[in-house]
Amino acid sequence: MEITVRKEGSAAVVSVKGRIDAVTAGEFEKGLSTLMAGGDCMLVLNFNGLEYISSAGLRSILATAKQLKAKEGKMLFAGLQGPVKDVFKISGFGSIFKIYDTEEEALRQI
Amino acid sequence: MTQIPANIRVPAEIGSLQPLLEFVGSCLTSQGFGEERLREIELAMEEILVNIFNYAYPDQKGEVEISCRCDGGNGLLVEVSDQGVSFDPLSLVVEPDLQADVAERAIGGLGVFFVKQLIPGVRYRREEGRNILTLPIEPAVLL
Repeated sequence: MEITVRKEGSAAVVSVKGRIDAVTAGEFEKGLSTLMAGGDCMLVLNFNGLEYISSAGLRSILATAKQLKAKEGKMLFAGLQGPVKDVFKISGFGSIFKIYDTEEEALRQI
Repeated sequence: MTQIPANIRVPAEIGSLQPLLEFVGSCLTSQGFGEERLREIELAMEEILVNIFNYAYPDQKGEVEISCRCDGGNGLLVEVSDQGVSFDPLSLVVEPDLQADVAERAIGGLGVFFVKQLIPGVRYRREEGRNILTLPIEPAVLL
């Protein structure tokens, strides 16, 4: 897994490549916590390069989203590919989060 | 590709996840399973194995074993077993509440739900001090 962060106005764009699984979910969640601790509360997660996510990854997302909500922040998703899209769908995450086809579209909602 | 029947026995720890997933993937490939179904099974297997790594051996080290054999048709019969504490992971299943918002949504319970969605015939038994999960895996993509 590879995480890169870039600022875009008031948003932090977090691009994740590779796999978020039981091995890497902790590192992923820590990355998001660090951003929040630094004051970022508008997060756009670009999953264009994400090949795989398991329930461990979904737990990290939900835990982060709960903290963001308390800070009146937002977490938007962009660029989900086939298998990741399927996992969002069966878990119901597709209906509790806002998902956009592209990063640009997500950024327009901030 | 792995010739089936085949089996693998490794320490029940997170470092074994990748080799075990590769082993099962290789067995499925040898049965002619497609890429999409392989990814679905990988997801289900991760959930099952991580449960075993986390809960089967609270006070000691132990092992996990996976065996794959042909089911007589197009499918593969996979058995995952450990000698840890008696534990039926299927009892943990939580149906995700699709109406709940972020604040209400519970954390956890999703993994076993995935397993049941992806491998509907999964069953558990306790036999001679072992937890055994039997996974009848059909080639059809389910998601």
